[in-house]
Amino acid sequence: MNIDGRLVRKESLEKLFKILKANNRTIVGPSQKNGRISYKMVENYEGITSEYIQTTQSPKEVAFPRTEKILDYSKNADGMTVKGINADDIPDIVLWGVRPCDTMGMGELSAIFNWDYRDEIYNSRSSRVTVLGFSCGKSDEYCFCTSVGGNPGNIEGSDILFTQLGENGDYLAEIITEKGSQVVSLASDLFEKAENIVKGKFLADVPVRFEKEQVRQNLEKYFDSEQWVAQSLKCLGCGACAYVCPTCACFDIQDEAHGKSGSRVRCWDSCGFSLFTLHTSGHNPREVQSQRWRQRIMHKFSYMPDRLSVYGCTGCGRCSRACPADMNILDHLISIQEVTV
Amino acid sequence: MTDNIYMPYQMKVEKITWEAPGVKTFMLKFINEDDQNKFSFSAGQFGEYSVYGTGESTFCIASSPTRKGYIECTFRQTGKVTNALSNCEEGSIIGFRGPYGNVFPIDEWKGKNLLFIAGGIALPPMRCVIWNALDLRENFKDVTIIYGARTVKDLVYKHELEDWKRRGDVKLITTVDPGGESPDWKGEIGFVPTIVEKVVPSSANTIAIVCGPPVMIKYTFPVLTKLGFADENIFTTLENRMKCGFGKCGRCNVGKVYVCKDGPVFTLAQLNELPDEY
Repeated sequence: MNIDGRLVRKESLEKLFKILKANNRTIVGPSQKNGRISYKMVENYEGITSEYIQTTQSPKEVAFPRTEKILDYSKNADGMTVKGINADDIPDIVLWGVRPCDTMGMGELSAIFNWDYRDEIYNSRSSRVTVLGFSCGKSDEYCFCTSVGGNPGNIEGSDILFTQLGENGDYLAEIITEKGSQVVSLASDLFEKAENIVKGKFLADVPVRFEKEQVRQNLEKYFDSEQWVAQSLKCLGCGACAYVCPTCACFDIQDEAHGKSGSRVRCWDSCGFSLFTLHTSGHNPREVQSQRWRQRIMHKFSYMPDRLSVYGCTGCGRCSRACPADMNILDHLISIQEVTV
Repeated sequence: MTDNIYMPYQMKVEKITWEAPGVKTFMLKFINEDDQNKFSFSAGQFGEYSVYGTGESTFCIASSPTRKGYIECTFRQTGKVTNALSNCEEGSIIGFRGPYGNVFPIDEWKGKNLLFIAGGIALPPMRCVIWNALDLRENFKDVTIIYGARTVKDLVYKHELEDWKRRGDVKLITTVDPGGESPDWKGEIGFVPTIVEKVVPSSANTIAIVCGPPVMIKYTFPVLTKLGFADENIFTTLENRMKCGFGKCGRCNVGKVYVCKDGPVFTLAQLNELPDEY
C-alpha cells in the first residue's frame, strides 16, 4: 500500500482541531480529570491532553458504550409498542489521539461483533468514527504491543496516523483511508507535501517479550495446569481489567423500567465476576476465581485466534496498570510461553 | 431503523397450562402475521423469552416444529424473569428472540430405534424432539421414553404422559425418586440411571437422547456405555447461562465451543472433547 505522507506543523494541530469544530464535527479525545485520562467529548483544544503514554480508559466506548440502549418499549391500551435503534441518531465522531494498540483493538472488537450474526448497532457506531491515531514516542514497562502483532507506529485501524518527529517536533501524517482524506480535504493547507520522512527512529522501543503463537500452542495443553491457581491467587474479581481493556466485549442485557415504559440496555460485563456464569439453580461452571482468570487468558490467546482469527489482546498494558492487586498479564503470558507442557 | 439482532418478536400468551408446582407451559402466538409466516425452527433450538421491564431468559422451544402456527415453552418459576413470566396471564404480550443454536439431527435417525431419557424439568427440551419423532412415526422403529422426577407432583406434561402411555407405538416408563411416590403411584420408584439399568434398553440400531440435571446425566452416560451405546449415538443438550444467544456476550462457552452457536445439542463424543467447565 502506498500511503500518502504529509508534514503537519506542531502548531497546526490546534488549527486542525478548530477547523473540525467549525465544520460541526464532534471530537472525542483524551481528557484528564482527577489524574485519570479518558476519552471525552472536547470543545476546546486545551481540553485535550497530549502528555500520556497510555490513557486510563480505552476509547472502545465510542463504538461499544458502557451502557447502550438496544430498544425502547411502552405498554399502552393497545398492547405494547417496541422500538429499535435509529442509526441516524448516532453522531459522527472524530476520535482524536488514539494509540496504535487501541486502533488495532477496534478491529478485534469488530471481529467479535461480526462473526456469524452481524451486530448492526455496533457497526453503525463504529462506521461513524474517524480515527486520528497518534504513534507512541514513549512506552513503559507495561507495554507489549510488539508481542501481539502491533507496533508503536502501526497504521492498522487509523484513518490518519500522526507521528511526532522527535520531542516538540512536527508531525508526519499518514493518510490511510478515505475517511482520513475527508479530514485532510477540510484543512488541506495544514497537510504539507513531505518527502520521504522515515518515522521509525521517532518511535518508542518496545521489545518483543513473547511469541504469541507459542503462547497459543502452549495453552492448548495448559487448561488443567495448576498455574492458573498460582497466577490468580491475588485476583479480587473486581473486573477492572475488562473495563479498561480495548477488546473486552462481554456484555449483559438488562431492562430498565420507568413505570409503563422503559428500555432494554446492553452493558459491559466481565468474565472475572463470580455471577457471570452463575445458573439460577446455583450451579456455576466457573465456580472459583482461577477458572475465571483462565477463561480471560484462554479467550484472548486461544479461543479468539481459533474462532475469529484474531487475538483478543493488543498489548496496551492497561489491565496490569489498573489491577488493584498488581497482577501483570505480561508476566503471566511469559510464564505460559516458558512452561514445558 | 437499523437492523437489530436484539429485537424480539412480539408474542401473545395464548394459553397457560399448569404442569407441576411452579412449572407452566405457555402457548405463544406471533402478533405480527408476517413474523409468523417467516418463522421456522428445528427440534433442539432455543430462544430468549422476555418480559418487558424485567428482562430476558433463555430456554428451549418445547413444541414440535411439525406443529405450525405457534410455539410453546415450559419453565419453572425460579429467577427474576421466570417469576415475571409466571405472573403473565393469557393475553399478555411477551418478547421472543430466536430460534438459536443447532438441532437434533432427526433426519439422520430414520430407521433407528429412539431411546429418550429425561429427568425433571428437562423433559421440555426433549418434548420438542419426541413430538417431532411421533409426528413422523413411520420414520422410526421402537420409541422408548424413560422419564423421572423427584416426586409424582413434579412430573410435567401429565396429560401427554397419559397419551404416550395409551399409544401402542411408544414404550413409556415413568419413575420417581425413592420417597417421591404417592399411594396410588403405579410407575417405577428409583433414580433415572438405576431405572435405565433395570429396563436394559438395547443399544442395537438405537439413538439415546438424554436430558436432565447434571447429576442425572453424569450417572446415566456410564450406564448407556455399559449397554453398548457408542458415544456418537448418545445425544444431550447443555444449558449454560446466556444473554445474547448468538456468540457475542461471552458467557456460555465451554472451552472454545459456544453452547449457543455450536450447541445446545451435543453428542457424548463431542462432550468428551470439551474441558470440564459446564
